[in-house]
Parts: sequence; structure tokens; C-alpha cells
Amino acid sequence: MKRKKIFDGAGIQRSLGRLALEIAERLQGCQDVALIGIHRRGVPLARRLAALIQKAEGVALPVGSLDINLYRDDFSSAGTAPVLRGTQVDFSLEGKTVVLVDDVLFTGRTVRAALDALVDLGRPARVQLAVLVDRGHRELPIQADYVGLSLSTRREDHVELRLKETDGEDALYLEGPEPKSPRGRKPR
Amino acid sequence: MAMHHKDLVGIESLSPEEITLILDTAEKMAEVSRRPLKKVPALRGKLVVNLFFENSTRTRSSFEIAEKRLSADTLNFSASASSLSKGESLVDTVLNLERMQPDAYVMRHSSPGACQLIRPFTHAVLINAGDGAHEHPTQALLDALTIRQKKGAFRGLRVLIAGDIAHSRVVRSNVFLLKKMGADVTLCGPATLLPPHLESLGVKVTTDFDRALEGQDVVMMLRIQLERQKKGLFPSLLEYYKYYGLTEERLRKADREVIVMHPGPINRGVEIASEVADGPYSVILDQVENGVSVRMAILYLLLGGGDDEASHS
Repeated sequence: MKRKKIFDGAGIQRSLGRLALEIAERLQGCQDVALIGIHRRGVPLARRLAALIQKAEGVALPVGSLDINLYRDDFSSAGTAPVLRGTQVDFSLEGKTVVLVDDVLFTGRTVRAALDALVDLGRPARVQLAVLVDRGHRELPIQADYVGLSLSTRREDHVELRLKETDGEDALYLEGPEPKSPRGRKPR
Repeated sequence: MAMHHKDLVGIESLSPEEITLILDTAEKMAEVSRRPLKKVPALRGKLVVNLFFENSTRTRSSFEIAEKRLSADTLNFSASASSLSKGESLVDTVLNLERMQPDAYVMRHSSPGACQLIRPFTHAVLINAGDGAHEHPTQALLDALTIRQKKGAFRGLRVLIAGDIAHSRVVRSNVFLLKKMGADVTLCGPATLLPPHLESLGVKVTTDFDRALEGQDVVMMLRIQLERQKKGLFPSLLEYYKYYGLTEERLRKADREVIVMHPGPINRGVEIASEVADGPYSVILDQVENGVSVRMAILYLLLGGGDDEASHS
């Protein structure tokens, strides 16, 4: 297995800065906008985006967190139940533009579950999606509105975002099997 | 961290880590019950059979609400209305129900070990909702959640459990749980309601209620079943109240921040005075509310398995 560091802390912060500006630009002054992070790493990302938007625009956006484990479509009797982190949305969604925030967009199944979880909490005017990394390989018709980095990956690769708040460091890693050596030649 | 058991038969076999996981999960479940739309799809398509061979109102309704909030399908099976009254054995009942593909049984039975008896005859998860005088694990867990919410931690906490110790499954489950979590437990009741060898559970035992109350952080009163008096285990309900009833005056001996608990249903003026049951120290109705959260947590942890987090974005 080969592990490659794609971003360090500065890279992640730069990407988030750009995402924050994009959100502020597209949502024109950020009136009636709320950020909702998807557990686990979407939650600190949503908080960081809110801080960056406040710095740039002077508006404090409400931030919530969404636990999608009670909405997943891949329950099986084989595994153990995922640890619940809890949903906390202390504001009304009525009439709001909700920007869902997640770390890595992959199959789209997490976002599908998040949309189900969100509409159970209220009826937002519209819902958008911001992700730090889009790594492709969607299994559902879901796309992000704001993307920090589009990363070309193989299905079997593992993309890991680590954040200070949850993992003690800021870094983005891509991990995958070594490329196969050409047939008939042994690697020296 | 995960549950290492397929079933929840008792507290005795759980680790402190599993207990903490259940309580943490229950805290998160409380949010679902506070929503305008009180339902999540976590157990969609699962069939839970509530097998109640003994009367129960609050445990049964609490389980049923928990099952519905998690979107499970439920089948209520009660002894009086079933073929058990026609003489069918417990094992035969389970063998028949088994062909309806249940995912879990929630069972209340008057015989200790009823869950273990049916274990070989079913593939489903078993959840003990009280088996004779053996255990009542979800009651102890909802009590623990209530204590943790009010007191923060268990280590060194002084807990007094008073009343009919001999006939109570709630006591056994609570003692196992509180000892595992590091609390200091005292049991108190009239000598006729204290079984022998209780000290072997690692608890203090006394018949002097007034002395036992001194400095307690938690006082848990047990229900006196009125039929016990007819068996002559104590002379009269009034006399019981005189020596073992929790009155405001007695409660002053406990810690200033004491909380008063009761698994319900309460007998006002027998084991507890109305002013105490309705007073500022009482958390009896919080216990009822936590019952739903704890049962949602148990059902989710035992029935809601899935892949790990990493494979799923």
C-alpha cells in the first residue's frame, strides 16, 4: 500500500477559504443561510467555514450537526451498530438555505441519508452541498454545489481527511495499492 | 467500541464499557423523541415481538414506543390473550413465532432464566424485560442514565436502595450495574424482606432506614406489593410506612443534593410520601422519559448493525 499526502494544514485552510468565499458569493450576503455538518468530519468543517464567512462577510451563520447513522441504507446483521454522535440543530429550517457540509464525497450514499435526516427536521427553502474533496465514483445521482478539491482516484483507493478537532492533525491522504508492474518484468 | 453480546439478558454479563456505550447512545436517542416528527428509519423492516407473559404497563408501552420511533414493526403477544392460556408451552410458542421471521423478542416472564430457556429455539435477538426475581436490565440502565444526568459520574456515589429487596429484580440489576460503575451501594428493608447473603454482592445491608439515609446521594425506593402484607411479611401498611416510608423529614438526613428515584408504580403513603414523590428532589418522571431513550438505544445497538464508517462516503 502506498500513502500519499495531498494536502497539509495550509492546503486545507486555503481550500476552505475558497469554499467560504464561493458560498458567500453565490448566496449573496448569506441571509437565511445555515451550515449543517455531517458527522464526523463535516461538523468541524462547517464550524470552520462559518468562522471564515464571518471574517469575510461579518455574518454569523447558525451551525448544526447531523448524525446520519439512523438513516443509513447499508444496515446488515453482520456488522455492529455505528456509534451515534447525535443530531443538533437548534434553529428552525423553515425558509432557510441549508448548506450541508461533508469531508469527502464518494458514493453519495451519506448525502442521500443526510437529505432524509434533514427533511425530518423541517422544510428548508433549498439545500446545497459543500465538500472539501470530491473523489468521484458516485453510486447515486448526487453532485456537490461547492467543491474544495476534485481528486481523481481508483475505486479501491482510500481518501482520508484528518482534522485537528477529530484526529489531532490537519492533513489529506490518498492511500492505494501500488501500480502493477508491467507483465514479465520483476520490480528491482 | 461495540456491544459484545447478541442479547440483553442481564446486567451481570455486561462490561462497564458496554454500559457506557448504551448510556451514551441513549443520550443521543433523546433528541429523536423531542422532534416534532418523532421517528427515524433505523430499524425499518425489522420485526420485534413483545412477549409479555406477566402484566406490565410502563415497560411494555416504553418498549413499544421505542420500537415505533425506530420504525420497527411490532407484534404484541400477551399471555392472557394467547394460546398460552390454552396450555401451549413457552418453547412451542417460540417455535411457532419463529416461522414469522422475527428479528427480536422483548420478553417479560415470571420465571427467572426464561430467556436462556428459549435461546436455543430462536435466531432472533433476545431482550429481557424482566424475568422473575432475576434481572430487569433496561430498568437498571434507565436508572443509571437518570443518575448520570443528575450526578455526572458513578464512582464513589452513595446509593441507597430501600424496600422489598427480596422480591425485586430491579435491585439485582441495579446492584450489578452500580457496583460495576464504582458506586457505593447500601440495601435497606425490614428483615423479612432481606434475603440472606446479600453482602456477597459487595453491598452494605441494614434494617435501620433512618441511619442508612445519612449522607446518601441517591435514594431509590422500591414498590411494596400489597400482597406481601397478606403473606405476613410485615404487620400493616401503616407500620411499614412508619419505619420504611420515605417522608420529607427522613429525607433531610440524606445529602442536600439528594435525588429520589422509584421504578413505579408508586404507592403513595406506603413506601413514599406524596410530598417526596412530587417534590423537588424527585426524578421519578425523568426515569420514565429515559426509559424510552434507553430502550431505543438497546434496540439500535442489538439490531442496527452495519458496515464501518470508512467504507461509506
